[in-house]
Amino acid sequence: MAYPTQGAGRDGTQDDTLMSLRGVTLAFGPKVIQKDISFDIRRGSIFAVMGGSGCGKSTVLKSMIGLLRPAAGDYLVDGDAYWTADAAHREAVSRRFGVLFQSAALWSSLTVGENVALPMQMLTKMDPATIRDQVELKLGLVGMLHTIDQYPSELSGGMKKRAGLARAMALDPDILFFDEPSAGLDPITSARLDDLILNLRDGLGATIVIVSHELPSLFAIADDGIFLDAKTRTPIAHGAPSWLRDHCDEPQVHAFMHRERETESGRTD
Amino acid sequence: MSPGPRRLPVFSAPATGALRYGEPVNTTDHGPEWSLETGGNANVIVLSGDWIAQQGHIPDFPSDGLRQARPGQPLAFRTDGLGRWDTGMIGFLWALKQGAAQAHLDLDTETLPDAARKLLDLLPDRPAPHGPPPRRRFAPLAAIGGSTIDGLTEIGTVTELGIETARGGMASLTGRGRMRLTDLMSNIRDAGPSALVIVSVVNFLVGAILAFVGAVQLRKFAADIYVASLVGIAMVREMSAVMTAIIMAGRTGGAYAARIATMQGNEEIDALTVFGIPVSSYLILPSILSLTATMPFLYLYGSLVGMLGGFAVAISMLSVTGAGYLHQTLNAVALDQFAFGFVKSIFFAILIGLTSCRIGLRAGRSAADVGVAATRAVVVGIVGVIALDAIFAIIATTIGL
Repeated sequence: MAYPTQGAGRDGTQDDTLMSLRGVTLAFGPKVIQKDISFDIRRGSIFAVMGGSGCGKSTVLKSMIGLLRPAAGDYLVDGDAYWTADAAHREAVSRRFGVLFQSAALWSSLTVGENVALPMQMLTKMDPATIRDQVELKLGLVGMLHTIDQYPSELSGGMKKRAGLARAMALDPDILFFDEPSAGLDPITSARLDDLILNLRDGLGATIVIVSHELPSLFAIADDGIFLDAKTRTPIAHGAPSWLRDHCDEPQVHAFMHRERETESGRTD
Repeated sequence: MSPGPRRLPVFSAPATGALRYGEPVNTTDHGPEWSLETGGNANVIVLSGDWIAQQGHIPDFPSDGLRQARPGQPLAFRTDGLGRWDTGMIGFLWALKQGAAQAHLDLDTETLPDAARKLLDLLPDRPAPHGPPPRRRFAPLAAIGGSTIDGLTEIGTVTELGIETARGGMASLTGRGRMRLTDLMSNIRDAGPSALVIVSVVNFLVGAILAFVGAVQLRKFAADIYVASLVGIAMVREMSAVMTAIIMAGRTGGAYAARIATMQGNEEIDALTVFGIPVSSYLILPSILSLTATMPFLYLYGSLVGMLGGFAVAISMLSVTGAGYLHQTLNAVALDQFAFGFVKSIFFAILIGLTSCRIGLRAGRSAADVGVAATRAVVVGIVGVIALDAIFAIIATTIGL
């Protein structure tokens, strides 16, 4: 590949890969957000989509969870094309996704427990008692069991995130997407959330895609990632955040990873 | 489970801990099973089969499930026959953990799969007890008293809000006010010109309907020409003002309430309050002013369109000439009738503006609350307009207007 890549030339076996983007271009009408995005996500990995504010990270996530059709390119899940398939197939694949939205997006007229229960009630044939057990279990996993009968408006920001996480896990998805999970959280809560994400990955065996620009969190949990550039509107580096921090000489990436102001000529050491 | 069209097993397969990359997977085709073996000197829970929550059939852990366990010996697990599993099994293990705690037995979680142990460690010791919600007592006296107090408080609050808004309006008149002219202009545009079409259609039809009803009766007395008086007086005195007010209550009042309720949900009202921007002069005053500025003119316009509707019916159905209709209308409808309707429209506008803003402000913060606020604003607006009109009718009769 043209840009710095961790483990370039690694013999990536086919069944290692869960999801791939191949030359994806994302655009709103004539306005291109990101072009030529290609990467593979390994099964069981925590993959970070990184980049500065406004570079299109969340837009990439949107296209991966089925909310925005790419203008060009292919998106494969388990080797099957996602966007070119018919709606029924797409829906079936989407059932494997769990999404934690940036603002948690809890349904405000339902209690926390009902928020977690709704997908199970609408999409599965589980009986009410089992659903109740599953809701308690999932809220227990994120440490939110005591809020089961509270409304989202009564929760703090971190609690909303954790409740959103419980809802994302409602249908036992094997692919979890997190949009800025630690944005707006204090460092301690954020670190606890990181631990929780790691534990859930190990426990559930899920593959996690995380959109973030929070460096401590990225270094702590992500083991692969892609760096999107806001100026050229295309990915410029590929690898784990910690690897990029230590080995990537690309000025933008270096500046990002080391929290420096970049200059026109390059980095500002 | 019935062999229904469940596709889930296929898709939930990779979700299970057992299918994690690099780990061997047992393939079983039978459902979840467990048993307690107390042979030798140990308690062993044997787990086998597929434990997938969405396939159902996850057994409940019975409260006396550990009755036969040997006391003092830790509970170990054997998972040789365990197939795919997900959080369904974790739920079972959670209940088992509580049972073990009650029976004072230690749990040897080292014998569980790594992933299951990690999840089990995340869970708190016992689920929060969720008793039945407290039942509502039937207390009619307290309910009546409560709603009376609520009603009086609400009237007080609305009055206070109205006075505050009026004060803001006075301040604006003397040039010390803080209302922004752009807000007023955009509100006027929403409340006025863009309502013209619906006001025209409704009033034209109301005028036409009145003419139809009148024509059937008056023709019997060969008094066709009085259709003009009937339509003219009815439109100018009552129908146009009330119809226009109902339209505006549904259209603009509902919109104000929904907008303010949404702002409430997004903490926008809090932001205004923190800055010290009075809600009354930023939100309520432009709303009320724009309605009071447009509704009297919409009323006038509506009266004329209504008479036009009556004219159209009369010309086409009755033996009335255009000039005759016009002449009769001018004779019947005195100018002070217009003044009466004009004044009523102003009061309707204040009523709609004030109540819809107040309802928006007291709305809750969820999406459903926005819908409740919009509905309530429309209902209160329509009922209020008709009630107020009745009061005006009584006053008009008393003073002989």
